[in-house]
Amino acid sequence: MDALEVIKNWVKKDSEVLDLGCGKGEILKILSEELNTISLGIEIDQENITLCIQSGLNVIQQNIDEGLSNFGDKSFDMVIMSQTIQVLKEPKKALLEVTRIGKECIVTIPNFGYWSTRVNLLVSGKMPVTGSLPNAWHDTPNIHLCTIKDFELLCIECGINIIEKRFFDNSGIENSLTRLLPNLLGSTAMYKISK
Amino acid sequence: MSNSLEAIEVNTITLDGKLELECGQDIENIDLVYETYGTLNSDASNAILICHALSGNHHAAGIYQNEERPGWWDALIGPEKAINTNKFFVVCPNNIGGCHGSTGPSSINKQTGKSYGPDFPIITVADWVRCQSMLSDSLGIKVWHAVIGGSLGGMQALEWSCLFPKRIKKAGIIAAAPKLSAQNIAFNEVARQAIVNDPDFVSGRYLDVGKSPKQGLKLARMIGHITYLSEEAMRNKFGRELKEGKLKFGFDAEFEVESYLRYQGDVFSESFDANTYLLMTKILDYFDPADKFEGKLDKAFKEIEAQLLVVSFSTDWRFSPARSKEIVNALIKAKKDVSYMEIDSPHGHDSFLFANKEYVNGLSSFLEN
Repeated sequence: MDALEVIKNWVKKDSEVLDLGCGKGEILKILSEELNTISLGIEIDQENITLCIQSGLNVIQQNIDEGLSNFGDKSFDMVIMSQTIQVLKEPKKALLEVTRIGKECIVTIPNFGYWSTRVNLLVSGKMPVTGSLPNAWHDTPNIHLCTIKDFELLCIECGINIIEKRFFDNSGIENSLTRLLPNLLGSTAMYKISK
Repeated sequence: MSNSLEAIEVNTITLDGKLELECGQDIENIDLVYETYGTLNSDASNAILICHALSGNHHAAGIYQNEERPGWWDALIGPEKAINTNKFFVVCPNNIGGCHGSTGPSSINKQTGKSYGPDFPIITVADWVRCQSMLSDSLGIKVWHAVIGGSLGGMQALEWSCLFPKRIKKAGIIAAAPKLSAQNIAFNEVARQAIVNDPDFVSGRYLDVGKSPKQGLKLARMIGHITYLSEEAMRNKFGRELKEGKLKFGFDAEFEVESYLRYQGDVFSESFDANTYLLMTKILDYFDPADKFEGKLDKAFKEIEAQLLVVSFSTDWRFSPARSKEIVNALIKAKKDVSYMEIDSPHGHDSFLFANKEYVNGLSSFLEN
């Protein structure tokens, strides 16, 4: 299974979904079409916003770093934050906010503990540049990278409940190896969490 | 982007029936002047209503013969423009209370044979919307594909979506606010005081004695104009440039910005009716859809069925992005279909009149999705 398949399994039919950092709206469009969700996206890039509007999606221009206080407690069935937490200024605050707004949340992170990232750093002695982390250290939007272990420790510290978790390899597929040694062999991790 | 429209239809219609106003009075035999662009399709499903702002009128797009300046929203309305007249049938009326052909304070009151002047009833945004719905009936338009407006026009689009949820599919609420702030009302009050204290105002009956409070109206427009521009726009346009290149140590218009404001004020005072201006500022001051709902905007939005696009502009300080976000957040709370864009533009409140790329793309996508 790939990440999208898992998301489709975790999101309930006809539910209300908020996607923080929805990009071009790919995930929301699929969820709306296939699961009849009531969808809202948050995005900062205006070209992406226009593409979302073209797809008939509701999208709000908003900088997540400036807060999410305009969303009520448990006002959405599911809040999705896919590959976004590592670009935020205050990931811990954001994590607390998404679990406040969503009855459940899906958070996807790139795993900095992935073996090729570790090898890259060990061998070259430089900040790793890999397939999933393609930017140089000074030119990356990813300012708060973490490993699977780090993320799960933060969840414990915040009193956040990890309901389910899945790990995907470099080609975005879940397999027996990523399940066996996720922090070493999982390139991406996806969590269903709540508080 | 192609040029302006070639075909502008200007019509005047006398509406059947009477309009009961919020103030308790009613008006009959209302004349409304309106323009249309494009062609209404066979099932009347491609009609867009354009609502004008404080000093606007029905001439939204295209250029009249023997004139140089196009309509006030020509940058956005026309063939292949943001509001594409090749696809949509666009209608823009001059609202009641106006002074460009629709029934207003300068019209003749058929009961007295004189102009209404200060006796013209105070109108509200909801009255305008009900009057526009009478126009819709006359035009055979049951459901508007969209109702769009900037500033006070955006307030009408918002009111439309609340009052007639079944008659509007989309609402474009641009550079608007859910109600005026104390600062907004303060600017309006200064403008009103400038008009009513002009000796030629004659308690509003200036037309009866062949006068016009031009000095007051000029001042009112100058004040208004400052609030439409941003500090940045003024700096870029005028800086501290001197008309004659050097200080003259006097009180004439020495800086470019001074002569610009005086010129704008003069032009406006020649073509606009003072009682209409007073009325328009009151309409703005009174707008507050949440008032009937214990001040709760999300409750005022409960009946909305339309998709809404809210747009604000970075340098607008008259109705700043924060004011648009009040509308957006209430719509989110009320679980309505809303999208929001905050456009980077240097032109202050006037930004909604310019064809900024992101703004045009967002609006056209919204209308055509």
